[in-house]
Amino acid sequence: MAVQPDGAVEQTAPRTGKGGAPPTRRGGGSRRAVRGAPYLLLLPAMLATAVFLGWPMVRNLLLSFQNLNMKELIQHLTDWRGIGNYQEVLGSEQFWRVTLRTLVFTAVNVVLIMVLGVLIGLLLARLGTKMRLTLSAALVLAWAMPVIAATTVFQWLFDSRYGVVNWLLDRLGQHGMAHYDWVGSQLSTFFVITVLIVWQSLPFVALNLYAATTTIPRELYEAARMDGAGSWRVFTSVTFPFLKPFFLATTFLEVIWVFKAFPQIFAINEGGPDRLTETLPIYAFTEGVGNLHFGMGAAISLLTIVVLLAMTAYYLRLTVTREQQEENEL
Amino acid sequence: MKHSLAGRVWPNATAAVLALGFLFPVYWMFNTAFKPTRDIITEDPVWFPVHGTLEHFATAVHAPDFWILAGNSVLVTVLAVGLSLVIALCGAFALTRMRFRGRKGILLTFMVAQMAPWEVMVISIYLIVRDADLLNSLLPLTCFYMLMVLPFTLLTLRGYVAAVPKELEESAMVDGCSRRQAFLKVVFPLLAPGLMATSLFGFITAWNEFPLVLVLNKEPAMGTLPLWLSQFQTRFGDDWGATMAAASIFAVPILVLFLFLQRKAVGGLTSGAVKG
Repeated sequence: MAVQPDGAVEQTAPRTGKGGAPPTRRGGGSRRAVRGAPYLLLLPAMLATAVFLGWPMVRNLLLSFQNLNMKELIQHLTDWRGIGNYQEVLGSEQFWRVTLRTLVFTAVNVVLIMVLGVLIGLLLARLGTKMRLTLSAALVLAWAMPVIAATTVFQWLFDSRYGVVNWLLDRLGQHGMAHYDWVGSQLSTFFVITVLIVWQSLPFVALNLYAATTTIPRELYEAARMDGAGSWRVFTSVTFPFLKPFFLATTFLEVIWVFKAFPQIFAINEGGPDRLTETLPIYAFTEGVGNLHFGMGAAISLLTIVVLLAMTAYYLRLTVTREQQEENEL
Repeated sequence: MKHSLAGRVWPNATAAVLALGFLFPVYWMFNTAFKPTRDIITEDPVWFPVHGTLEHFATAVHAPDFWILAGNSVLVTVLAVGLSLVIALCGAFALTRMRFRGRKGILLTFMVAQMAPWEVMVISIYLIVRDADLLNSLLPLTCFYMLMVLPFTLLTLRGYVAAVPKELEESAMVDGCSRRQAFLKVVFPLLAPGLMATSLFGFITAWNEFPLVLVLNKEPAMGTLPLWLSQFQTRFGDDWGATMAAASIFAVPILVLFLFLQRKAVGGLTSGAVKG
């Protein structure tokens, strides 16, 4: 993208207006200046994106074809390895197990978040003002809780000796759970992580769904009720079709967020026990930075991005088409 | 009106249970932080901090490097969000108010950039920063945090800029303002609430960021609070009182900010970047 010097003059001249050529105000030079202005305004953003996002991406790609372990790192060696890293990763049973685990983990969380979030959102719409504000306030607090703080609190809630959860289960008659070690097995660790992620993500879906339902014209509901539709019918024939873009966008965001969930899983048990709760991002991290196999880690992280793209391809295509349509309408 | 008694009771009852469920972890954090240890390590939980104490906060604040790390966190967050706001506002203005070639492509670039999986890019970022000899420095953190929040900020601000009527700007220009003056004097003040709401998510992202600082800044005094908090429990054994006090200290700024800005932010989020 060429920077047009005229644009720069127009941008700075009126302010400084120092000697020499009189500052060009609107008039003769403005056509050219206006043509350059948008690029100039966008330049910092594009430049920053290229340097701090584009370059790491390219570097990641290059790395994934290199053999870069402890030795190469210290001696600053570049040892090209071709597609060796990919062959090794794709040939390992571990990678496929982690991928499958990640897909199941993402699916379970997203389904829970969307179903419960929509139910809570619809509930908000049915409540009286007082109760709605109470529930909204609780949701906002949970939503605002910083991830690492929330993770620490959940570790405490699920503490084996003095945690409230075990105390409650014991009281409810599950005496075997009195000192249960939640991070001792794969499934129970995932259970804690899932409760944490769902708890954190529900407020976003619920509050936004509620906000979105308020935009639906009342007449639509009244008409549906007149036709004798029950709650489920009203949802499927009015709410859902009307808010379809919202559902798509939210599901898409949740897929990305859950898939990328890093601090929650890492801080709860660092992917343990025995690396059994590692999802793809954690796996790439442990292999790359933890075990100092940077080339392998880079290959895994690229494959992770491919998996993420595949999962969100449908929505991405939809967005691109919509943007193009909007562009054509302008 | 025609709902039965049960029909009116169950939504409220469910809502009450849900509100409790969402509040409890937050409440329990504060409750534990303010209780003396003998009330924390008990067979039956002590539900209210009846013997309130600040000793755990003292422990947390006197932990090694706390003030340095808090300073780091504030500095990096404020700089990253401030920079991204300025850069994004320029870009958002161009994207909403001007027609030019390549506009669609640039827009799409930011939409894709918004989904960048930073969590899996730590490997290459680590090597880039190492090669630049900037490990254990706040500069790379600031730059990368700035970019983490930039696409979202830009796309969201677009909505706010578009909401300011173009006529206001034009009439200011008719009255003799330059385009730049029109922007600073007319559009900018109207954008202030939008800027505040948008910055909230930037603050949260930067304040919370964990994987990158975990890899880049291993030196104890160069970390940020998320790193400190995640290692707190390990360092302090099972001192849950101090750990919860540390979590409270970390959470309070965001909770306060959120409560103030939430209303605007939710609207902005739905109408801007995530518009349906």
